[in-house]
Amino acid sequence: MSYFSNIYNGIKTLLKGMSVTGKYFLTSRKGAITQQYPDNRETLKMFERFRGEVVMPHDENNEHTCTGCQKCEIACPNGTIEIIWDRGINEETGKKKKEIDKFVYHLGLCTMCGLCIEACPTDAIVWAQNYENSVYDRTHLTKVLNEPGSKVKAGIED
Amino acid sequence: MSIAINITGTIQDWLMNMMPEGVANIVAMVIVALIYLAIFAVAGLYLVLLERRVAAWFQLRIGPNRVGFQGMLQTMADALKLVSKELTGTVKADKFLYNLAPYFVIISSLMALAVFPFTKEFQAFDINIGVLFLIAISSIGVIGILLGGWSSNNKFALIGAMRSGVQTISYELSIGLSLLTMVLITGSLQLSEIVEVQKNGWLIIQGHIPAVIAFMIYMIAGTAETNRAPFDMVEAESELGAGFHTEYSGMKFAYFFLAEFINMFIIAAIATTVFFGAWLSPFGITESIPWLGVFWFLAKAFILVFLMMWFRWTFPRLRVDQLLTLEWKYLLPINLVNIVIMALIVWLNMTIQF
Repeated sequence: MSYFSNIYNGIKTLLKGMSVTGKYFLTSRKGAITQQYPDNRETLKMFERFRGEVVMPHDENNEHTCTGCQKCEIACPNGTIEIIWDRGINEETGKKKKEIDKFVYHLGLCTMCGLCIEACPTDAIVWAQNYENSVYDRTHLTKVLNEPGSKVKAGIED
Repeated sequence: MSIAINITGTIQDWLMNMMPEGVANIVAMVIVALIYLAIFAVAGLYLVLLERRVAAWFQLRIGPNRVGFQGMLQTMADALKLVSKELTGTVKADKFLYNLAPYFVIISSLMALAVFPFTKEFQAFDINIGVLFLIAISSIGVIGILLGGWSSNNKFALIGAMRSGVQTISYELSIGLSLLTMVLITGSLQLSEIVEVQKNGWLIIQGHIPAVIAFMIYMIAGTAETNRAPFDMVEAESELGAGFHTEYSGMKFAYFFLAEFINMFIIAAIATTVFFGAWLSPFGITESIPWLGVFWFLAKAFILVFLMMWFRWTFPRLRVDQLLTLEWKYLLPINLVNIVIMALIVWLNMTIQF
């Protein structure tokens, strides 16, 4: 008797599958995943976890939170990050203190693994969601992330 | 308002006035053949486009919509590209058969188109064994596939072609028997007669339960016959490269590709003619305007084509043994029982007629 129940179950499950894909077919206009990219480059917004490039956010006083600990430089598997640092003298206490001069980031070497961002103890660097990274000259791919004249935010090391 | 569109007849009459009878016959045949060839080359291209758009919609994509309005010229551009490509081949191929195979496939599928009644008197060749002719022609196509696979001198191509042979020979039975079930009602193999019978209700309604079963079997076997997924053992990209046409490129590949889509249309058109009343409108709403029959015929055929696309993008593929189990253990016995039931229904006059 399993012969006939096989036929019945076969037809039933096939129809169930067809109803699922049929629903997808009818709603495909609204639910289309495809982005028609060059047409919507003004409105296209990448999702939160998209890894475009590493950036260093600055607040309104042109202050970042990078202390120059170089953990990101050590974490990077292929030498994408170079931190050029110096010792400045704190005016109040007169102590010498490490601070960054240039945070150099080679986008051309980066594999977007995200280990630097995981390693950062002060969340000084984050992912940006931009995606149009092609340039005509590869020297444009070497970027200095800290803006000129910026300094570390007070109290971040405490 | 009725326009006489007996195409062969009208063209022949017009030519008769200008030249002797023998020449006129031949010229009329050539003109009709060219018309069919042109229409179905274009129709094949648009079926490919339809397939791509429908596939995209099933997968929540958009599909090709850049070339022309909504991508209408996409497949034309593809065909132009294929024409411009080099025809490569293998050194140890059997050159004659290798070059012959694509024409076998495309000619057999174009021949089948001649017998369809697109509307009243719009039929190139109203042969009195219409259904038999269609079944016979559709099995010739597989010879082209076998030749192509054999002569390519490629293992993938050979295995693909052999699978195609197994598949087509098995499923030919189901197609034949399910059409035979319907022939029991019509009592004629001639397609125009079959349409005539359906003026009292389409055959799928006249034959009710056994007709629906026959239609289901026909659609399954028809999908297998055209070598489409879920029965695409022949191409089986993951196992056999591109199957029997691995060694073909450019326009010869395009012939195989076009033939596949025209075959799909043929399977849908046979189902339209035999089960859904060919060019007859539902409830006879446009009976007084015969040329609208073309619209009804194509509408019904395209709905069935869409059904086959729906199958393709829903069902998982079968293995070869499952394929043969389905045919020999399920479809064939059901079909034989179905014929007996249909014979009883016709004998006891239990068909539904309006």
